[in-house]
Amino acid sequence: MIASLNARTALVALVAAGLLLLPLYSSITGNIFVLTLFTRIVIFALAAASLNLIMGYGGMMSFGHAAYLGIGGYAVGILANEGIGSGFIQWPVALLVSALFALAVGALSLRTRGVYFIMITLAFAQMAYYIVSGLARYGGDDGLTIYKRSDFGGLINLSSRVQFYYLCLACLFGGVYLIWRIVNSRFGLVVQGLRSNEARMQAIGFPANRYRLVCFVIAGTMCGLAGALLANNTDFVSPAVMYWTRSGDLMVMVILGGMGSLFGPVIGAIVYLLLEEALSQVTEYWALIMGPLLLLIVLFGRGGIVGLLGRLSRG
Amino acid sequence: MADRLLCVEKLVRRFGGVLATDNLSLEVAKGELHAIIGPNGAGKTTLISQLTGQLLPNSGTIRFAGQDITHLPAWRRSALGLARSFQITSLLPDFTAADNVALAAQAHNGHSFHFWRAARKESQLRNAALAALKRVGLEHRADVVVSKLSHGEQRELELAVALATKPQLLLLDEPMAGLGITESARMVTLLQELRREVTIVLVEHDMEAVFALADRITVLVYGRVIASGAPAAIRSNEEVKRAYLGDQHVVTRHG
Repeated sequence: MIASLNARTALVALVAAGLLLLPLYSSITGNIFVLTLFTRIVIFALAAASLNLIMGYGGMMSFGHAAYLGIGGYAVGILANEGIGSGFIQWPVALLVSALFALAVGALSLRTRGVYFIMITLAFAQMAYYIVSGLARYGGDDGLTIYKRSDFGGLINLSSRVQFYYLCLACLFGGVYLIWRIVNSRFGLVVQGLRSNEARMQAIGFPANRYRLVCFVIAGTMCGLAGALLANNTDFVSPAVMYWTRSGDLMVMVILGGMGSLFGPVIGAIVYLLLEEALSQVTEYWALIMGPLLLLIVLFGRGGIVGLLGRLSRG
Repeated sequence: MADRLLCVEKLVRRFGGVLATDNLSLEVAKGELHAIIGPNGAGKTTLISQLTGQLLPNSGTIRFAGQDITHLPAWRRSALGLARSFQITSLLPDFTAADNVALAAQAHNGHSFHFWRAARKESQLRNAALAALKRVGLEHRADVVVSKLSHGEQRELELAVALATKPQLLLLDEPMAGLGITESARMVTLLQELRREVTIVLVEHDMEAVFALADRITVLVYGRVIASGAPAAIRSNEEVKRAYLGDQHVVTRHG
């Protein structure tokens, strides 16, 4: 137990330190690409961490989580397109719209369980996908170019690669810290209890769906933030970001890293996107290698990479 | 009758063509230990599930402490002071014993929309949990994960969880199911103590335990009450004897 704790803590500390020092490495070596790559990774790690809150801790297998990436992104893109460039307006709107979407989806889908829940969340995300695909004014299928990143006055300059990277990293660390507080709070224990045994939780007096719904909204809002970051990162937002395969990617990151562990999704996002990057340089058919690799980890590494690490160091 | 805590009237529950609860009426007085017995498939668990809200009846009414609770969801009934233990142990298997009980205490300590403070460090909840665990003799197992507890310990934990909700009425669905002789004896002693504090409805197959504990006994056969009364009266009731001898045709005809 102690050994596994140490191995895990060491890995987490190592990853955190690596992420913090990355811009330094990038400026010394002049390798800008690595900074761009990791900005993307950090954003997806935030999205995966938010999915883990409902999927890992709450037992809610949402298959439509990428919708919030798109909603957060389109909130920024559409406002920018309409001449509202201030991040102080764009970002709160992105969060609010994501929260409202999560509230609507959650209120309806949480009446169901299991496969039906997966299907309904998927259906809602696909609906959102087709709606933004139809927004001709905002690029429709082709997506929407964002000509100017969110403006935060003199506070922070998102056009600076390093500043933007640190903003993303701060959002990730902040998000993970928030999740840590939540899962250990009264609210978090209720949500985890519902995952464990819903009938028992109702019998001792908890109205299940209220707590689930609030958890669902928190996760959606957090992913909306990742969406706003992602749109700024690519200076572009398109329906593709909310396609169902994107939701699948997020699920894979969570499962790969370790469902229901605090840092699992972060590790999962890093490994998944680095693998994708490395393999796609070797072959066009990188998914052919990625697939079996994921299969192995799911088969032999229950609890994902974080779980595997725990068992290895226990010997 | 004295103060009626629970009053069930003409309850009906069908599963397809099967009448699992057949015009069942039942009264439980405040402070009594009321046992419900009957052969397998008599509809005892179905009844308990309707009382606690896991199942809704097709018709009839359930009144608890003067309030009609027939259509209230389970969690609201719990808030009113109705607690149950499950026939098949139903706990949070990946939580510790203390967590299980602390959550029950938490459920009755205002809403749980608190997102920041570490709940496991709230001494109020932990103390309540430890007190309930102590009540059933499990305080030394507080930090053990439920899936690592023995079957007997899990049955005791079920009771501790129910107690932590500070119930007015405790519905116990076969608390001795699967227990060994010593464990059963310990459970009987425990129930002897508890009955002084809380009204209990006990569903049990262990007749020795039932006759040792109950103030009143209701006998169910095919979802119907065929007898209800003091243990001595039930013991000498001809219809009950026939039901337990297996000659249920007689019972049906007389029903």
